[in-house]
Amino acid sequence: MKPLRSILNSIKPHFEKGGKLEKFWPVYDGFETFLFVPGHTTHSGAHIRDGIDLKRVMITVVFAMIPALLFGMWNTGYQHYLAQGITDSTHMQNFLFGLVKVMPIVVISYAVGLGVEFLFCIIKKHTINEGFLVSGMLIPLALPADIPLWMVAVATVFAVVIGKEVFGGTGMNILNVALTARAFLFFAYPTMMSGNAVWHADTAFSGKVDAVTGATALGDAASKMPIEEFTSKYSILDSFIGTIPGSIGETSTLACLIGAAILLYTGVASWRVMLSVFAGGYVMGFIFNLFGVNTLMQISPLQHLFLGGFAFGAVFMATDPVTAAQTNTGKYIYGFFVGFFAILIRVFNPAYPEGVMMAILFMNVMAPLIDHYVVQANVSRRLKRVNIKA
Amino acid sequence: MSNQVKIKKGIDLKLKGTPEKVLATAHQPSTVSIKPTEFLGVTPKLVVKQGDRVKAGSPVFTDKYNERITFTSPVSGEIIEIKRGEKRKLLEIIIKADAESVYENFSVSDPKTLSREQVMDALLKSGIWPFMKQRPFDIVANPTDYPKAIFISSFDSAPLAPDNDFVLHGQGDVFQTGLDAICKLTEGKVHLNVRGDEKPTGVFTNSKGVQINKIYGPHPAGNVGVQIHHIAPINKGEVVWTIKPQDILTIGRLFKSGKYDASRIVAVSGACVKTPKYFKTIQGVKLSDLVKDNYIAETPTRFISGNILTGSNVGLEGYLGFYDYQVTLIPEGGNDEFFGWLAPGFNKFSLSRTFFSWLMPSKEYNLNTNLNGEARAFVMSGEYEKVFPMDVYPVHLLKSILIEDVEAMEKLGIYEVAPEDFALCEVVCTSKIPVQSIVRKGLDIVKKECS
Repeated sequence: MKPLRSILNSIKPHFEKGGKLEKFWPVYDGFETFLFVPGHTTHSGAHIRDGIDLKRVMITVVFAMIPALLFGMWNTGYQHYLAQGITDSTHMQNFLFGLVKVMPIVVISYAVGLGVEFLFCIIKKHTINEGFLVSGMLIPLALPADIPLWMVAVATVFAVVIGKEVFGGTGMNILNVALTARAFLFFAYPTMMSGNAVWHADTAFSGKVDAVTGATALGDAASKMPIEEFTSKYSILDSFIGTIPGSIGETSTLACLIGAAILLYTGVASWRVMLSVFAGGYVMGFIFNLFGVNTLMQISPLQHLFLGGFAFGAVFMATDPVTAAQTNTGKYIYGFFVGFFAILIRVFNPAYPEGVMMAILFMNVMAPLIDHYVVQANVSRRLKRVNIKA
Repeated sequence: MSNQVKIKKGIDLKLKGTPEKVLATAHQPSTVSIKPTEFLGVTPKLVVKQGDRVKAGSPVFTDKYNERITFTSPVSGEIIEIKRGEKRKLLEIIIKADAESVYENFSVSDPKTLSREQVMDALLKSGIWPFMKQRPFDIVANPTDYPKAIFISSFDSAPLAPDNDFVLHGQGDVFQTGLDAICKLTEGKVHLNVRGDEKPTGVFTNSKGVQINKIYGPHPAGNVGVQIHHIAPINKGEVVWTIKPQDILTIGRLFKSGKYDASRIVAVSGACVKTPKYFKTIQGVKLSDLVKDNYIAETPTRFISGNILTGSNVGLEGYLGFYDYQVTLIPEGGNDEFFGWLAPGFNKFSLSRTFFSWLMPSKEYNLNTNLNGEARAFVMSGEYEKVFPMDVYPVHLLKSILIEDVEAMEKLGIYEVAPEDFALCEVVCTSKIPVQSIVRKGLDIVKKECS
């Protein structure tokens, strides 16, 4: 990689202090450190360091999302052809159709998001942070395939600026960046983001909405489809595998679980959060089952965990280390309530079938409070020790 | 009554260059040094000039605010250099060693028959006192304090650390004399903490007058701060003293022979050492004398006095630290890695399993000094907790230090910690935060506030 290194070395002086392009140092530095992990050595404290850095963490999360992305592409095509009444499309056709639909969303999300990041870094003279590597993939996966690209761009700008940069960048944000984008779209363009049409690529705008399929599973359940009809239309297996309509990355619980396995095995995400989100969701679903006065309440607690963005949120969004609770005890509480509220909102407020999004954002806000009480408990344990002695 | 403490959190790093249990005699030291900067909490006041002749045990400098604390020369010889830094800060005093050391005479006595004041006096005059450190703040103990307990960690669990069972073998008598002296210093207990996983040497288990506690688990189980935390945690206003096993031998020799015998056994370890083993040498020895012909000269090497977690980078021409019983030589890093964050990383050590080195769990690593990334804000959570076996929230404590909130630091347990307890946190940190120096800064702030 010597030629590349020497190119970098030759243009470096322009970006350094006193150079013509001094202002753009963060951009140069961003590229250089992207290509080469810098050979900085330890100066204080421990002389050796773990191989991990934030780039490695982020790329691991991106890898973990790839099964969901690939499945999402296939499913986009599958749902499209299904809506058209074509049931014998090949896997390849499905996938290619999805690829063409989804790739632009991914590209726009990364391009716009990184553009905004670079801009802020230049203005604030910060080094460029890796945080958006993950957000840039999470945003498309949380969106329906048919979303207009300009909306992706607007939402990404909003999320990066208001969700992250105003707080000081990666590590300082209160709300999950990708969910901020999703919530922004949800409230700014409610007609686009809910209803029946949007979930099938190329149908909303071509007017070819098929009567056979319509909304997402949750939409159907909310519109009081009887439970028998619901379970025959959306079997537990279908909702687990993910051959149902929904946002690009969220439909397949299986793909999310593959991602979860990668995240947990590598130790990148917290198993405490993930486990307790599922536990909280199951408990709430179970409680509703006991009453069972409408379709949403009658859905089995297990299937609740497979529907909508629940698994996706639990695996990739609730576990965001910056916005989740930071203490180990806090993580259990935080996770449990994410799951609990997700199902609660889903069932009690059918206008927001995506309860997971609201639940995670709400618990993001609550996480510092949870941590506060966990840490206070530690503080009072310490004080008690003195009082016992005295 | 003895305690058993089981440490679960932590990690024993597997590194190349474990010292073989062979004792060699190092080359005669040419020069030795005393570094006043090592003695935290002390303001040095020189009592010698360049060109003065000193004996082993003669005072070199004292603490300006507590003149009873003297720092003495480990050898007899001539003061050849006094290094000063900015604002004439005293950095290092270099002494040219005589071929044969001449010792100052201190009285020979059985510490059991002495009073606390007499023992204290003997330790202070001979310059052995500074081996005694205090918690909180991890500084040289203040002789006017009455500690609630004294803690001795009999084993060092840090990577490649010397095995005290080997080092102290057969010196039970001297060790006991040292312990007798130490027992005079506190009305509380003297805790001698031994490793529970293996059977420790009789030198430790036959010790009298002390409480022997068994400690189980990975590093940092051998850190005295961790042991104190689990056995008798420090509350605000309390003081605990700590001392290391080899220093107790030095005390024992003082009372038995009347000399300040600064010889010590040092483990020469690390991947850049040809034959890692133990050397009998002296406090403050020059590293080049210690590792002469025993390091791989072809690779750029970092010469560390101490272990890789907490030691200091002194260089080949540097000197062994006062509190160090180990020298570690590891390859110096500094090379860029093309897409290093994307590569499979079979050779990368990581607590996480993000590199494929998890396929080889028993691999011995040859790690260099690369930071492996750039400094970032706190992003990951729960990382430090995996290697920090105290009931303290490390990140919250660090954040309270960063905002210099003394009250919060007190509440979160600053009195119980020392930088070394955070060393593993620093190693595993994804965001490459300089954890140990932040903790040191916090201790300094609180100490200033308390005084």
